[in-house]
Amino acid sequence: MSTLHALRAKQRALTIRATCLTAIRTFFNARGFLEVETPVRVSAPALEPHLDAEPSGTCYLRTSPELHMKQLLCAGYERIYQMGPCFRQAEQGAWHRPEYTMLEWYRTPADYQDILADTRALLVAVSRAVNGEPTVHRNGRAWTLDGDWEVHTVRDLYQRWAGWDPVAAYEADRFDIDWVERIVPVLEAIPTPVIVTDYPAAAAALARRKPGAPEVAERWELFIAGVELANAYSELTDPVEQQARFEACARERQAAGRAVYPIDSAFMAALEAGLPPCGGIALGIDRWVMLLADAQHIDEVNAF
Amino acid sequence: MYSASDLRKGLKIEVDGAPYVITDFQFVKPGKGQALYRCKIKNLITGGTVDKTYRAVEKIDKPNLEERDLIYSYADADQFVFMDSSTYEQIHIGNDILGDQRWFLVEDMEVQMLFFNNQPIEVTLPFFVERTIAETEPGVRGDTATNVQKPAKLDNGYEIQVPLFINEGDRVRIDTRTGKYADRVSKGF
Repeated sequence: MSTLHALRAKQRALTIRATCLTAIRTFFNARGFLEVETPVRVSAPALEPHLDAEPSGTCYLRTSPELHMKQLLCAGYERIYQMGPCFRQAEQGAWHRPEYTMLEWYRTPADYQDILADTRALLVAVSRAVNGEPTVHRNGRAWTLDGDWEVHTVRDLYQRWAGWDPVAAYEADRFDIDWVERIVPVLEAIPTPVIVTDYPAAAAALARRKPGAPEVAERWELFIAGVELANAYSELTDPVEQQARFEACARERQAAGRAVYPIDSAFMAALEAGLPPCGGIALGIDRWVMLLADAQHIDEVNAF
Repeated sequence: MYSASDLRKGLKIEVDGAPYVITDFQFVKPGKGQALYRCKIKNLITGGTVDKTYRAVEKIDKPNLEERDLIYSYADADQFVFMDSSTYEQIHIGNDILGDQRWFLVEDMEVQMLFFNNQPIEVTLPFFVERTIAETEPGVRGDTATNVQKPAKLDNGYEIQVPLFINEGDRVRIDTRTGKYADRVSKGF
């Protein structure tokens, strides 16, 4: 009985969630994006230092659909999007679930600035569809989505609030600790959506280096109310650098005693054949619904 | 030792040789970074609160805490004497640990005492205690529905706010966690 009572209490949040999903599809379909579905169960999840994939038989559950979606780009699909479940081991908290829903979209020719323009238009459109206004309300404060968004480089934030420059000399552990202790409180206080951009090349993940400034990567993250909502790249298209990054990451994971996943050979072959210049992004649907519904815990916006 | 994954709200840990309780806890994972555990922790002795961030690989000390059931015996000057009913050991503690709880001690009351490295640091009384009202303005009949309150003094001099219908000599129940009036047990004569 108590489970049914809890489910009934979620009706408002689940309605917001459904409206959000519909508005996202309407947005992308109107702009000529093709909705795709790629495998959830994969043999080679993307190698990242701190993402642990959930094993599934001899395979893994995907941590992101990125590698498959990029193969579609290599095959000539120019605008694609996908919404579906992703899995990350041991991530549990008010803003994390080991199983959650991710929206990813990619387009070519494009870079991370084009993706930013998409993101602004998407958030405004979805917010209007859900709340009737381009605004999200959280803990008694309002964030207007259709005004200016503050943009800060990683270097500026760390120099101002943490007293060092991670672009000049990157220290991974210090970067993370200062991020949660010094930078996030600053982002929380900013009354507009915030773009944090141009990450140190050492924290590039799958982003390309900035032309003319190879010490930074063309990567940005979006924050609203201090909540990390999306991560976007000008995608790395160079197969040699990609191979080197995967191998470096595999060594790092091995040294840390974490599972080392095979390098996805189909993805690497597609990169060799040619990935056109493209931008892409991953946006956490559950968190976006939490912001739209002013929810405090991710469980509030998931039926089960 | 605890692992970072053991951390949760309410867990008691030791930091720099002092006992703390976790009052707020959040799992965070910045960008492509490592899993981190953000905690607000409260010092069990001083009551001071600090923020702490733990990495997934960190080990956290377990404090040497012991909880014992004791009986309150008597007050001796500014000390309060408790007894362990199995060993007859007597434990003296002062206002610094008891605070306002000293007003609610009743002879032979069973309490829980928390020890850190064998030193008493915290006393937990039964949630409710009965006391007699020694002094208050005469009661007003028929005014049981409103939230208006008036000052009263307990038989030991502690001042408390009570509803208007309470009279001198009434037995009342007090919530020891808040120090506030809970309800009336019986009327005085």
